[in-house]
Amino acid sequence: MISDSTKARFAKEVAKYPAEQKQSAVMACLAIVQHELGYVSADSEAQVAEYLGMAPMAVHEVTTFYNMYNQRPVGKYKLNVCTNLPCQLRDGVSTLKYLEAKLGISMGETTPDGLFTLQQSECLGACADSPVMLVNDRSMCSFMTPDKLDQLVDGLRAAGDK
Amino acid sequence: MTAQHILSQFRSTGVQTCFHDRHISPQILAGLNGTNWRLKDYESRGGYQALRKVLGVDGVAMSQDQVIATVKESALRGRGGAGFPTGLKWSFMPRQFPGQKYLVCNSDEGEPGTCKDRDIMEFNPHIVIEGMIIAAYAMGISVGYNYIHGEIFSTYDRFEEALQEARAAGLLGNNILGSNFSFQLHAAHGFGAYICGEETALLESLEGKKGQPRFKPPFPASFGLYGKPTTINNTETFAAVPWIIRNGGQAYLECGKPNNGGTKIYSVSGDVELPGNFEVPMGTPFAKLLELAGGVRSGRKLKAVIPGGSSSPVLPASIMMDCTMDYDSIAKAGSMLGSGAVIVMDDSRCMVKSLQRLSYFYMHESCGQCTPCREGTGWLWRVVDRIENGHGRAADMDLMDSVAEDIQGRTICALGDAAAMPVRAMIKHFRHEFEYHVEHKTCMVPAYV
Repeated sequence: MISDSTKARFAKEVAKYPAEQKQSAVMACLAIVQHELGYVSADSEAQVAEYLGMAPMAVHEVTTFYNMYNQRPVGKYKLNVCTNLPCQLRDGVSTLKYLEAKLGISMGETTPDGLFTLQQSECLGACADSPVMLVNDRSMCSFMTPDKLDQLVDGLRAAGDK
Repeated sequence: MTAQHILSQFRSTGVQTCFHDRHISPQILAGLNGTNWRLKDYESRGGYQALRKVLGVDGVAMSQDQVIATVKESALRGRGGAGFPTGLKWSFMPRQFPGQKYLVCNSDEGEPGTCKDRDIMEFNPHIVIEGMIIAAYAMGISVGYNYIHGEIFSTYDRFEEALQEARAAGLLGNNILGSNFSFQLHAAHGFGAYICGEETALLESLEGKKGQPRFKPPFPASFGLYGKPTTINNTETFAAVPWIIRNGGQAYLECGKPNNGGTKIYSVSGDVELPGNFEVPMGTPFAKLLELAGGVRSGRKLKAVIPGGSSSPVLPASIMMDCTMDYDSIAKAGSMLGSGAVIVMDDSRCMVKSLQRLSYFYMHESCGQCTPCREGTGWLWRVVDRIENGHGRAADMDLMDSVAEDIQGRTICALGDAAAMPVRAMIKHFRHEFEYHVEHKTCMVPAYV
């Protein structure tokens, strides 16, 4: 079930569009679901579909088309490292490799404790900040030298559930 | 410390990329420091004066025709990549159309190398809002959306905050500043699809669908968002408008060069000492821009430049050093100014490896709608990947060229061209490197990560 507080967030998005175009809010609603639950399940898709008056398949089409929607659970912290050409020229790939070694996983994998998922990503739109990574879809981290990567990973580990 | 607190330590401050003193006659990025993005700060820099002038708050209002004529006179061209004259685009909107019309800002900045719209919206969001209100007035539009790249979510939040400020101050909504003009503006976000930077894919996405481009014609001016007449401009294009209205079209034109009015923000990335955004007049020599970015990193030699985002054809240093940074000069040299994203490569860079990464990107981001692009981008990547990995064949360069030729011009949108053009330019200018790779199964320049 969608909670009242989530419904309030949905309503704010729906209000941006003409009354007969509620579907326009689907991207935002799915992003809200992911923000609250960590991923977009088939159940969540069905609930969003019902809320917006869409076919569940039309919602699924959106979830599967856009790269940032997690279609299955990911670690508590999803780390997306840009390795596109401008970042490749400024240590983007070595940043990804550094994290692979530090976390003991390959890109695309999640640490056994469920804390970190590591992914390669396409252009984040912050090329001058390279090496750059996006954490949990919403926090861009810039100029990520090995020192800073240590601080970030060690800090998040220590933060635990806080 | 909470996780949020830890993450916030690594948030970009803009100091390195935006708040340096290496802009030349800046109009959009002038006087910014990261904290002065709010409405009162923008107004103290002369913000919303252009809107007051247009609406006639302190005098006689400008007519819609006058606003469009001023923008035409300025020679402002679309800053998203195509360089289409903005005033002309605005004049295509059917102003007497009885139904709803829409204005859309394309802030889905995902062209590799491009990071200017993020800094504009993060550090000067009201300049985009003011530009959009003026555009809406000129075309008689009452509703607008700013579609923001999903990866820059904090910038989306910032823009939402700026919208709230503008609404509270009567700058957005009904009867703006007491006039009879009303305009509602909302922010929307993407969620990771490069293709949505293509304007009709963006419209599909705004309608809540997967972002697959539409066949054109009909063009958005007649059939856009929800099938209604729609004008779409890039963030930086809207941001240029307030200055033009305040100072006149002629003044804007004069600070650039003929047919290339105004200043442009160049995102310089790659092998330079000081990557960042640099706002300089159109027509500034490339050599000057390179100097502003601190020159080639570690005193190395310039090898090549991708002058307008990853889709634009690469140019060797010898050609690039003779170019000025404007639409016409870069086009004459055989490339495109595009979004103004300048990717600099020094003499340690392998062009095969560079192209391998770009080709992977286009394969990954092809929406799959058109066969030449869906199949061709994967084919191109597989061939360049095998050359890079020492399994290339002597005929591979011609093969890539022919696959690229079969994609170019044969797809609904420009992503196919964007995938093909870098391939053809790399082979044209650096064929010997590809041949060396095939023959020696290794790189002719020192390997890099």
